[in-house]
Amino acid sequence: MDLQFWIWTAVGISFSIYIGIAIWSRASSTSEFYVAGTGVSPIANGMATAADWMSAASFISMAGLISFMGYDGSVYLMGWTGGYVLLALLLAPYLRKFGKFTVPDFIGDRYYSNIARVVAVFCALIVSFTYIAGQMRGVGVVFSRYLEVDINTGVYIGMAIVLFYAVLGGMKGITYTQVAQYCVLIFAYMLPAIFISFMMTGNLIPQIGFGSEGQDGVYLLDKLDGLHRELGFTEYTSGNKSTLDLLFMMSALMVGTAGLPHVIVRFFTVKKVSDARKSAGWALLFIAVLYTTAPAVAVFSRTNFIQTVNNQIYSNLPEWFDKWESTGLIKFDDKNQDGIVKYVSDSSLNELTVDADIMTLANPEIAQLPNWVIGIMAAGALAAALSTAAGLLLVISSSVSHDLIKRIINPSVSEKNELIAARVSAFGAVIMAGYFGINPPGFVAATVALAFGLAAASFFPAIVLGIFYKRMNKEGVISGMIVGILLMLFYMTKFKFGWFGGGTQSDWWFGISPEGFGTVAMITNFLTSFIVSKYTKAPPANISKLVENIRTPSMDES
Amino acid sequence: MISKDKYWKMNLKYLLILLSIWFLVSFGFGILFVDTLNQIKVKGFKLGFWFAQQGAIYVFVILIFVYVFLMNRLDKKFKEKN
Repeated sequence: MDLQFWIWTAVGISFSIYIGIAIWSRASSTSEFYVAGTGVSPIANGMATAADWMSAASFISMAGLISFMGYDGSVYLMGWTGGYVLLALLLAPYLRKFGKFTVPDFIGDRYYSNIARVVAVFCALIVSFTYIAGQMRGVGVVFSRYLEVDINTGVYIGMAIVLFYAVLGGMKGITYTQVAQYCVLIFAYMLPAIFISFMMTGNLIPQIGFGSEGQDGVYLLDKLDGLHRELGFTEYTSGNKSTLDLLFMMSALMVGTAGLPHVIVRFFTVKKVSDARKSAGWALLFIAVLYTTAPAVAVFSRTNFIQTVNNQIYSNLPEWFDKWESTGLIKFDDKNQDGIVKYVSDSSLNELTVDADIMTLANPEIAQLPNWVIGIMAAGALAAALSTAAGLLLVISSSVSHDLIKRIINPSVSEKNELIAARVSAFGAVIMAGYFGINPPGFVAATVALAFGLAAASFFPAIVLGIFYKRMNKEGVISGMIVGILLMLFYMTKFKFGWFGGGTQSDWWFGISPEGFGTVAMITNFLTSFIVSKYTKAPPANISKLVENIRTPSMDES
Repeated sequence: MISKDKYWKMNLKYLLILLSIWFLVSFGFGILFVDTLNQIKVKGFKLGFWFAQQGAIYVFVILIFVYVFLMNRLDKKFKEKN
């Protein structure tokens, strides 16, 4: 059977499943629309969270990113998983006990202030919009690579699908489609990884395989370190970045992960507090399956790639090289005209430019897997992009219909009208996300890092202080969030977009990269909150009761 | 047989212990002590590199499930009394 047939079949079947689930799980109340009626089992919520969390970038770019960064890539692996420990221990159970619908709900009520609520809504919208633009673009890119359609057509198809199940089913529809999407994406990721591990090391488990010996009896990592030395790169298992920058980057990613609103709201959907803890554990377990496989894939494909192309005669290279060269992901420039490919660190001699995404996308071909596997990979990449986009859409729509309309503009709105408002704003959000997908702002990649920094600089301190520090008042938290976010925006726009006079790496404060600066902004937020709250009035007595209440388990739960 | 205060104090104690381990395996083994640990080799893995790309993640998963277990036990004690 030919490749296009398998790809359309896999994508067609998986999309029909999502639409079927959407029709079956229509939302009929605001509680079902915002938090799936709080009836989701911990394991199902764990899977949904994992799909929500792992975006097109995790699926397609993660392994490539690590294969080019080597040891330095570890901060992404630890940062994006370690955040779940913070989430499970410091945030999720208490927010579930609080028991409302959104993150601004908590901040507005705990800090008895609609200004705090509006600041929180504003942060949630910025974080989610910067994130979703990249996702819709991802849907378009996956379509165009696998299905050979125009990127824009891909974005339209993606918009139509997300519109259907997010608007119809709300959180309930999103949750159960995400469960299906997790199964599709993890199967699609593991299958080629297992094949390649077996091919290169004789071990079926990639996590063990990349610490084993290759066919020539040399440990794979030793061989890769050797190849790197030969070609003039830093050893794969050591890094380039400063220790301080690594520490700051990792903590910004961890804290940002724990503060992302579309991840936090997933824990509002389970039945009880103990389920919120349990489901964070399941979520991390399901995420860890992919995140521990990615570094193995990175090592396999990098070793394989260097051995296959470096010092080889150009005209003898395998077929997949031609194919990906025609997409522009691999570029060969024969500088010395000898017809031999040179891949080295020295840029005046190097003849090969490689896009990181190739490390995942070309895997099935490098490993000579059958065409149906490539079909499943396409469905998996789409599942990853769609599930994340849908989760973000829900945060945007609930911020508008619930936090702004219901809680501030018109508190007397009926449930029926609020549900209509929720659907209309979900519709509006899809259109806007689609617009950004078709006309991507040039800084999509930079803004995803910005989203983490912003979440770290705003939500994380506000929520943690709200739970663990009773004396924290509205003055402290509002000024902390504003200072944190502005500082973060300033640093990112200065060094990423060249605003405020711009600057280069040598101008970084204390040598900290914009990706790591979220940590500094977060610390500044904490300090500002403490200092301001010390010199302003303590919160009213009923707030102290509210905090007591979220700290203790309720009696009616079994 | 425990009070609200005692319940909260026990919770904070668990958090302190578990988050110290969280910090040790990631910031500690994965970054700060990575060069020292890299002197030790287990099969093809340098130990520091292994913690940074595998070990820390496994420990994270275990930490959450240990917390689930500890808190379920604590919840039970709390409810017995009340």
